[in-house]
Order: sequence, then C-alpha cells, then structure tokens
Amino acid sequence: MDFGGINPVILIAGLMATSVPILLAALGEAVVERSGVLNLGVEGMMIVGALGGFVVAVHTGSPFAGFLGGAVAGAALSLIFAALTQVFLANQVATGLALTLFGLGLSSLGGQGYNGIKPPHTVGLLPDALAKIPVAGPILFGHDWVVYFSILMTAATWYVLKFTRVGLIIRAVGENHDAAHALGYKVNRIRLLCIMFGGAMAGIGGAYISLVRVPQWVDGITAGAGWIALAIVVFASWRPWRVLAGAWLFGGISVLQLNLQAAGSAIPVEYLSMAPYLLTIVVLVIMSSGRGKASMGAPASLGQNFHAAR
Amino acid sequence: MKRRHLLASASLALGLALGGSAFAQGMDKVKACFVYVGPIGDGGWTYQHHQGALAVQEKYGDKVEIQYQESVPEGADAERVLTQMALGGCNIIFTTSFGYMDATNAVAAKFPDVKFEHATGFKRDHANVSTYNARFYEGRAVQGTIAGMMTKSNKIGYIGSFPIPEVMNGINAYYLAAKKVNPDVQVSVVWAFTWFDPAKEADAAKALIDQGVDVIAAHTDSTAPLAEAAKAGGAVIGFGQASDMEAYKPSPRVSSIIDNWAPYYVERIGALLDGTYEQKDVWAGIAGGEVLIGEITEAVPAEVKAAAEKVRDDIAAGTLHPFTGPIKKQDGSDWLAEGATAPDGDLLGMDFFVEGITAELPK
Repeated sequence: MDFGGINPVILIAGLMATSVPILLAALGEAVVERSGVLNLGVEGMMIVGALGGFVVAVHTGSPFAGFLGGAVAGAALSLIFAALTQVFLANQVATGLALTLFGLGLSSLGGQGYNGIKPPHTVGLLPDALAKIPVAGPILFGHDWVVYFSILMTAATWYVLKFTRVGLIIRAVGENHDAAHALGYKVNRIRLLCIMFGGAMAGIGGAYISLVRVPQWVDGITAGAGWIALAIVVFASWRPWRVLAGAWLFGGISVLQLNLQAAGSAIPVEYLSMAPYLLTIVVLVIMSSGRGKASMGAPASLGQNFHAAR
Repeated sequence: MKRRHLLASASLALGLALGGSAFAQGMDKVKACFVYVGPIGDGGWTYQHHQGALAVQEKYGDKVEIQYQESVPEGADAERVLTQMALGGCNIIFTTSFGYMDATNAVAAKFPDVKFEHATGFKRDHANVSTYNARFYEGRAVQGTIAGMMTKSNKIGYIGSFPIPEVMNGINAYYLAAKKVNPDVQVSVVWAFTWFDPAKEADAAKALIDQGVDVIAAHTDSTAPLAEAAKAGGAVIGFGQASDMEAYKPSPRVSSIIDNWAPYYVERIGALLDGTYEQKDVWAGIAGGEVLIGEITEAVPAEVKAAAEKVRDDIAAGTLHPFTGPIKKQDGSDWLAEGATAPDGDLLGMDFFVEGITAELPK
C-alpha cells in the first residue's frame, strides 16, 4: 500500500519517533507557561540535557540512566533561570534567551572529548514479534520506550492540569498570581517547581536526540528543536493533547518531505518545509482575532514576575 | 584599551598599505582569522578547517595569532562578524563556507588592506579577495565506484545540503561513476537545506533507507548519516564526508573524502609573513593533495577496493576525468561530446543533473 512511492505505515511510525524531542520539550514548556512563566531557554535546556544524557549513558552503559541524567541536567540548568527570575525578578524573556546561549556554550565546552563515541543502544520496549504484525506492528509496537513515555506524559500532563488540585493550583498561579498569593499559595515556589519540570522534560527530549535519533554527540546537536517546541506550545494554545497533535504535525511534515524527496516525488519540498511555520502563523492569527488574548488561552499572568511584597 | 587596539590596527593597516602598494614586504606577526559555518566539534567540514588553522599555529608559533568564530550563519550576520574581525586587527580572514561569498566581497571592499580568502566561491570582486576550493567531485567518483559495485538494491542515495554547484558536481560525479560500473543503478537525492543539523541529517538518511537505499553519501557536515546507517547493522554503508570519520570504521564508513586544508593555510599565511602574498584562485584535487581518499576498509571486497583505488590513482595521474563525455543533461540536451572533459567554468556554475538522474532539482 503505497502513495506516491511512500509507505504510510513507515511514515507514521517514523513521525512518532521524530516528534519525541519536540513533544517532550513542548509538554514541559506548556506546564511552565501555564504557571505564568515564559522560559525561552528551552533550546539551552535541551542541549544540556542532550549532553548530560549522553555523558551519563556512555559512562554507565545504561540508556535509562542516560535519560535520567538528561532530565537532571536540564532541570539543573533551569534552576539558574528560576533563581534569576523568581528570586532576583529578572526579565523572563531576556533571561530565557541568555539561558539558551549559555546552554549552547556550556554543552560545547562540556562535550569536548565526547565526539565520535557511540552511546549504548536504546532497545525496543516490546518483543520484535509484535512489531512484525503488518500495519499495526510498526506503528503501535515497534518503538523504543521513550516514544510510549512521551505519549504517557501527554496524558499525565493533561490529567494533572485538568482534574487534580495540583493542576488547579498551577493554573491559578498562572492566571492571577495575586489572587493565588492571597489564597496562601507560594507563587514563586510553585513556579520554581514548574520550571524544573520544564527543564527535566526538555532535558529528556534533548537526550532522545543524542541517544536515539542521532546516537552520538556533536556540538549544536539540537539545532533549533527548542524553538520549534516553543512554537508548538503557542500553536497548541497551552493544551497537552494539542501539543501532541502539533508535535506530530511538525514532525510528520519534516519526515514526509524527506520521504517525498527520497521517493523522487515532484512536489516542491520548500512548500512542505515551510508548512509548519505557516500553519503556526495562521493559527496565531485565527486565535488572536476574535476575543483577544483570552480566546487564545494564554495564561493571564504569562511572563510577569511576582513579588509577594507588592 | 579599545582605542589603543584601534590605533594599533590602523597603523598596522597603514603599514600594510604603504608596503603592499609599492613593493611586497613581509610581516613580523600575522593575525589570521577564521569564520566557521558550524561548530569545530562537528566532526566534518568545520572540524577539518580548524585542523588547518591549528596546523598554521603549530608551524609558525608566535608569529601568528589565530582567532575564529564558530556557527556563523550565512547572511547578514556573516557581514557583521567579518567587519568586527577586520576592525579587530585581523590581517587575513578565511571565510569557510559558500554562503559567505557576498558578505566576504562586501566587507573586502571596505577593508582593502585586509586579505580575504573565501572557500568554495567564485567571486573575486576586489584585489584583496582570493578564493580556494577543492575538487571534491573527484572523491565522489571514487565513492560512486564503490557505491555502484556494492549496492544490492541498485538504489544509492545522496544527502544534499543546498543545490549549489559544488554539491551538483558531487551528485553528478557520484552517479556517473556508479553507472559506469552498474548500469542499473538509480540515485535518490534528498535535500536537507542545511549544512549542519544532525537530527535532520539522520532523518534524511532514515528516509533514504526506508526507500530501499543501501549506500548513502552525505554532503552535509556531521556524522549523523553514518550513525543512522550504523543502525541498519551492516546492510547499509556510507562514506566519511569532509573528515575521515574513522569512528565508523570498518562499516558503515567504508571510505571517505578528507578535506586537507592545512597545506593551503600554511602556504598562504607563510606568503603573508614573507611578503610574497598575491591574489589567487586555487582549485586543487586529489593530485594536489587537497582531497584525500580515506582508507577503504575490509568491509569492501578486494575487487571493489581495487577498482576504487584505480579510479583514485587515474584521477591523480590525470588520465581520468570524472566528467568525460558523452554526457547529456537531465533534459536530454547535449553537454559533453564523446571524449570531451568538462571545462572548469561549467563545473563551477553547474546547475543541472546529468541524464539518468530522476530527481527534481529544487528551483
């Protein structure tokens, strides 16, 4: 079953794996932004996570430990952001951008000596026999555990934000930090935890690139994935399942255009390459016309610092 | 500090202008600056240029000061970086990517006393701009020979960066050499539209493998395509690009093209030091030692290895040109007549596929 020389089963299985880094990073950032913090340092946290994960995986020989290391590295870097914005009340946009630059430089420095090393192989979760089932096999059963983890995290994030008290508190802090403070919630502490969660998720996403997608360490390995994750959060209007849809769409189009080329299709690839970005703009325009910022679902306190004395 | 620096560079520039205009005069100390398109740890293109810079440092020691900037985007940023370097006292600036061509010439117009060296370009609008390039396509012919003989699916792949002449030369030479040894071979081309994006390069390799390609040549800068090929467990082979990429020996990396810039950099900075520097346009290949063919590993059968080495040696000896007629263009029009070899002008401006390649060329 082929369309224009492309097997849709391989395409779907491919896009699920390709989207994992941006999906994880975007999920983390969605939670961060829901708590009212705009952290533009996703790219920096991803690449530090990519390096941290790689180093840990190489030294321990365990990919799982590697992903844990990536999460810790990403969270550790996000603590710098948290300290600057939540304690010293620095501008979030400027701090986030600085965090990206710092992360890129730090990873480049720390990665010296890790070029050309192969990390341990991340194995598939389910037995090979399942993956050999036609059609459903490659799509549903043929992946490594991180792919399933990313989908599980989407469901978990959705559930926590929508149905639990913790989610309600996070949203309250993001919508109106003064009211949340008046109710007795520690706004900055809650935000700090959200920022660390975002850092850990970005770190795991980065580690997926260096441990599974590319399986090696090179400088600048994330190459802008963090920025795409940021775009997806807005595209998804801060909702987890839409984040998943956005990530698969972005990942899908990138896989599709490469497959179309490899199959020798005559469709001009430039249009497909720019499609995700065009779509983001269109969605933004549609969402922001109408009832303004609120209709887009942006948290009302997004990007504003909070100080209890005020 | 800053003013003194500026004064120093101004007086230096003045000295150069006075010395350079009437008669060549050597310099006591040269500040050589390098602009890189990727990080020096990319393991490929930029890494190799940086090895050249390090060779210069080693050769001349205290007499040169090396400065470099990594990951400079091609475009307006490049002009800013170049201007800063020229103001910062660089005597010679190497811009090491095709996309810096216009920026290099624009900045060169403003700093006539600074020497500019642009890699892989063809514009020399000012007397202080030289260009240097390597005949990478000669190496591609060697790879194509291996690819044509090794492929089992008769599908070979090529990951292109941008449709610029240098890459077009590579694809065409790769295909022609493969077709010579295997008339049934088909080449799939994937454009990554980037020089350096490991994740995307890996995806491009994966897309090719998904389409049944079993030999992959990459014209991007990282080792990601080889890492992707390695996942296939020996069923897919590839080549080191720009650097030897020996970490992937013996398979999937079965051979490589190594860009050897060090001799050129050492020569040019030496010329600046002893006052013999002149504007130049250099385009050397296997014969000139600028393109080295990395070891062909034991993953390749002996007769394939022998055939590939013969191609390499014949090119070095000048008895074989990778573009020897009769060759038609993709649209069926004539390009080279029987026995004719491609003139350099055609190669430097190449904007077409040869006949037999089915891929569309992005406009």
